[in-house]
Amino acid sequence: MIAENLSESSFENSSNTFVVHAGDYLNKLSGEKIERECKIRLEQGCKELVVDFSQTEIINSIGISILLGVIDSAENLGAKIIFSDLNAESIELFEMLGLTKHVTIA
Amino acid sequence: MIEERTKLVHAFGALAELGQEVANRHNFQETIRTSLHLISGALGIMRGGVARYSRYGHELNMLAVRGLGDDFPLSLSLCLEDERQFLTNGLNPIETSHARVLPFFQVYDRSFESRRIELFVPLVIRDEIVGAIFLGEKATGETYSSYEKEIICAMGRHIGVAVAQRNLMAEIERQTAENRKLFDDLRTTYNDTVKAFAAAIDCKDKYTEGHSVRVGRYSEIIAAELEWGTAEVEGAATAGYLHDVGKLTVERKIINAPYRINAKESAELNKHPAVGYEILQPIHHPYTDVPLAAKYHHERLDGRGYPDGLYDREIPYIAKIVNLADSFDAMTTDRPYKARRQAPDVVEDLKRNAGKQFAPELVTAFLRGMLREISGDAKDKKFRRLLGREYMETEGMVPLLRKTLNEMKPTSSLTYIAASVGGDGPRH
Repeated sequence: MIAENLSESSFENSSNTFVVHAGDYLNKLSGEKIERECKIRLEQGCKELVVDFSQTEIINSIGISILLGVIDSAENLGAKIIFSDLNAESIELFEMLGLTKHVTIA
Repeated sequence: MIEERTKLVHAFGALAELGQEVANRHNFQETIRTSLHLISGALGIMRGGVARYSRYGHELNMLAVRGLGDDFPLSLSLCLEDERQFLTNGLNPIETSHARVLPFFQVYDRSFESRRIELFVPLVIRDEIVGAIFLGEKATGETYSSYEKEIICAMGRHIGVAVAQRNLMAEIERQTAENRKLFDDLRTTYNDTVKAFAAAIDCKDKYTEGHSVRVGRYSEIIAAELEWGTAEVEGAATAGYLHDVGKLTVERKIINAPYRINAKESAELNKHPAVGYEILQPIHHPYTDVPLAAKYHHERLDGRGYPDGLYDREIPYIAKIVNLADSFDAMTTDRPYKARRQAPDVVEDLKRNAGKQFAPELVTAFLRGMLREISGDAKDKKFRRLLGREYMETEGMVPLLRKTLNEMKPTSSLTYIAASVGGDGPRH
């Protein structure tokens, strides 16, 4: 599925893998949308969550907190999280805050 | 070193955002939720919660939680020893693993351990516990560094101030509601006292029984027709109820004289407005001008009234209202020396004297209220209750009232007489 508006968060689904597009700015508004959707998929039994950061330029602290919430939920339900297409700054930020210890970077 | 600097920049960014969030005064719950996000996101904390302290219940009640699960208590009680220690500790983060000596950490040890709560931050603002922050492990798995604890302390201060402000607002709202209730009770007591007083005034005059109460009601009708606010309408009614309070000092035989009283008796009776003012002036009324209404309710726009012969604009507005109400009641009730006049005759009298004795806009408002009731536009039958149905529904009243209202001049032409003819300016 191709997202119609890449500036906003969007979602894709195939078998047990769910792909969520983080959009260009991961903040409270877009983050809560992603968190809501991820939690629904995890509760439905999704075993692999892919967060696509290819369009993401900025991630603020609230965005980080929301990603940590998603990671925590996934770990509790035994699901795997993959962060894909991260830019260098985001990788540095995630490494610094420890997110990379809980997810696979692709 | 570079990573430390990047961490600091990221954390300070979150601290700045938190300051803005608290200052913006959004929905309080949302502010607390966002604050928890900002702390977690600033330092990469997996889970946590923010609680508000109830000093009455001695308990911490959760306002926002992230990842603490359903079995984490939403209300955690503190004993006096805990409170004392937290107050001494201030905003410094406490490591839960090192604080098991305190009853609080013994009681909730299992909950903290199962959700890996590593830090507890008492929110102490102005020497008072207002809440607490619970923070789980960091995503890195490392322990909290001293600089991270300082950042948590700084962010905790922001959140603590937000909680303290909210508590203060809640306390002000509670006290305001209590004061409003007390004021309402006081006002009801005052109004009941005024009505009882009006009944007492009327008891002295067997021929005009109920006069003060009716004048109060007519004054209320006029004020309501002028679209005054609730308190002002109540004030007008009160002024009407108490306008004749000065008659309490006039001899009963003069008040009850079944004939036209002589000059001497008239002079005695005419003192009642000034006496009424003297009685009412020292009382702290919830409405203004009540004493003035008593003093000047016999003044006329054309300056031929008493006690001071004031002209139009010199007469307090409330006194003009009570004057109209008083005169209307005098015309529409039986007196020992005079039977009540018929309704059309009274309407004609009001029109004829508008601009001389009565303020024209008040006559207009009064007659408009009467017309609305007779024609069925007003649900409340105030006039009918005071004057009787038959009296109010005299044949030809509706066309007469419409014609009179059409012919009424909006304001008095005498407004400036005192200044231009009197020469000595307004008298007060």
